[in-house]
Amino acid sequence: MTEVEAATRLETAAAEEQADQRVLVASQWQLIRWRFLQHKLAVVSLAVLVIFYLVAIFAEFVAPYDPYIFREDLTLAPPHTIRFIDPEGRFQLRPFVHPFEKTLDSVTYAAIFVEDETVMQPLGLFVRGDEYKLWGLFESDIHLFGLQDPEARLSLLGQDTVGRDLFTRIVFGARISLTIGLVGVAMSFFLGILFGGLSGYLGGTVDMVIQRVIESLRALPTLPLWMALSIALPSDWPVVRTYFAIVIILSTVGWTSIARVVRGRFFALREEDFVGAAELDGAGNLRIIFRYLLPSFMSYIIARLTLAIPQMILGETALSFIGLGLQAPAISWGVLLKDAQAIRVLALSPWLLLPTLFVVVSILAFNFVGDGLRDASDPYTHV
Amino acid sequence: MLIYILRRVIVMIPVTILISVIGFIIIQAPPGDFVSSYIAGLEAQGDIIEPELIDSLRARYGLGEPIYVQYWRWVSNFVEGDLGYSMIYREPVVDIIAQRLPSSFTISLLSLILVFVIGIPIGVLSATKQYSLADYTFTVIGFLGVATPNFLLALVGLWLLFSWTGTVSIGLYSPEMQNAPFGLAKFLDLLSHIWLPALIVGTAGTAELIRTMRANLLDELPKQYVTVARARGVKPTKLLYKYPLRIAINPVISTVGWLLPVLVEGEVLVSLVLGLPTIAPVLLDSLLQQDMFLATSIIMILGILTLVGTLLSDILLAIVDPRIRGAV
Repeated sequence: MTEVEAATRLETAAAEEQADQRVLVASQWQLIRWRFLQHKLAVVSLAVLVIFYLVAIFAEFVAPYDPYIFREDLTLAPPHTIRFIDPEGRFQLRPFVHPFEKTLDSVTYAAIFVEDETVMQPLGLFVRGDEYKLWGLFESDIHLFGLQDPEARLSLLGQDTVGRDLFTRIVFGARISLTIGLVGVAMSFFLGILFGGLSGYLGGTVDMVIQRVIESLRALPTLPLWMALSIALPSDWPVVRTYFAIVIILSTVGWTSIARVVRGRFFALREEDFVGAAELDGAGNLRIIFRYLLPSFMSYIIARLTLAIPQMILGETALSFIGLGLQAPAISWGVLLKDAQAIRVLALSPWLLLPTLFVVVSILAFNFVGDGLRDASDPYTHV
Repeated sequence: MLIYILRRVIVMIPVTILISVIGFIIIQAPPGDFVSSYIAGLEAQGDIIEPELIDSLRARYGLGEPIYVQYWRWVSNFVEGDLGYSMIYREPVVDIIAQRLPSSFTISLLSLILVFVIGIPIGVLSATKQYSLADYTFTVIGFLGVATPNFLLALVGLWLLFSWTGTVSIGLYSPEMQNAPFGLAKFLDLLSHIWLPALIVGTAGTAELIRTMRANLLDELPKQYVTVARARGVKPTKLLYKYPLRIAINPVISTVGWLLPVLVEGEVLVSLVLGLPTIAPVLLDSLLQQDMFLATSIIMILGILTLVGTLLSDILLAIVDPRIRGAV
């Protein structure tokens, strides 16, 4: 017994030593990955984000319908209940829904949707439905899921004010809402590194001027500034052009915080031993910046960028919501929420608020992933 | 101390000038010059414009002259308190702002107070009772608060209000108080209406504050001076308030300045959703209808107020923390 115990103890000790050895020879990025994987919430969030982005990429395939085709008879129809038990009480392996029967309230003339229990419409995977062209390239009419009867309509999350499928529109909205953050952050990243680097590296007057510009941009309330800038966008611009213009508008403020971080890091790292060593080695200024300084805080910058993405998503949502961002033919979560502005409609059809859920989940996920990356970005602190 | 304040004020000058440049760019941003669009707007409303008026307007804003002359005219008018004339409200911009700004300001200020009154005690509680049920609950609420945009919260609030009471608008005053002279009664009535918007505006800030406060205090609590004080028999509550809390609260005060733009911005969105007659709907209207004098003046004044707020918070920090006074 004691022998076995001793043996296991020896084994664990050996394993620990091996782990230590692994840590010693691992590259910085390996260490970061190990640290990140320990942060369970961040890993789960990362998985959620990957799913969200996959859905956005394959929107035409994932969404059961065409986002612009409307069914007048289904205006503001509520979400379907997806059932497994049929009216006779038998269990069905294949889930099904009852189609809606529309009647009018005899007093208020409000539309009432009642499920017609005599008809069962089964769901299916890879069903045929509205035709689409994936990325404008591949023609198909196969959707990931939907009702097997192409004429019927599955109302997963309800229908909007003109009878378009809300779930479909949320899926398509993810495309704009989720990418605007990435593109915007890439833009802010570029500006931030450029001006922050100049500020921190050159110092003196340049630093003074850039810092004052940053301070004044930050003193202005962001949203009114964005609102004012988006007014200058002509309303007859195509969606793609407006999209990029809005990205630029959102980046006008976003780059300032990254520039500050870059500048601060430059100041702090200039005095480090390894920079001095590189100088003694005869490395030029540019080589020091790009070969030694930037990589040493790149992971930190990436973590900061992840935390900046939610701000961009929120910015787009808010701008579109008040009608100054993307406009109607474009689909984004903010544009969808514009429908929910009319409180009397909203009170009768609360599912119009559902895009909110997707906004909140993606922002939470980005926050957690950002937290995890920030903790992992300096792998030498705790290992 | 006086030198410190003076230095801060001097640093503010170039920032204010830059803000005015940004404001001027905003006026210039829409296509066409603003007097033409101004006149087009008046004509669209059926007014007959005399050529003399056009000429006097053009001369007043120096149109046709170099851009820096135009900028200078505009800035000197602005400094003298002449913010221009609003096309859509047909009133001097100063009057509109004077009517609307106080209620916006009250909401922002109240939400700032709420952020501190709610955030600091909860942060302290979370830190002293780490890993308790309360700590976990507030951590979750905190994360949700940061992730939920203000205007969505306002929308949900409005929806709940409508489904429970059937009213659509919160308003700033009760109907019978609408035209009453301003006094204590009217002020109390105002408070009874704006606590909800103020709470919504402050949510993100409160959530952030809880997290900062908790983290700061958790950094301080394991330090030696706390252990020493405890070993010497200082009462736990007195110890907490006297030493670690004072240090933990310091970074919080220094970032009040950053909180202000967030609150102003939140107030704009929340007021828009809740339909409150503050400066926000005016800003949106003026932007949508390209009433650029009104829009820019509002943005400039919000920016300058934020700057003043930042200055005040810097001074406050210097009062609280003697190290700052010496450093700058």
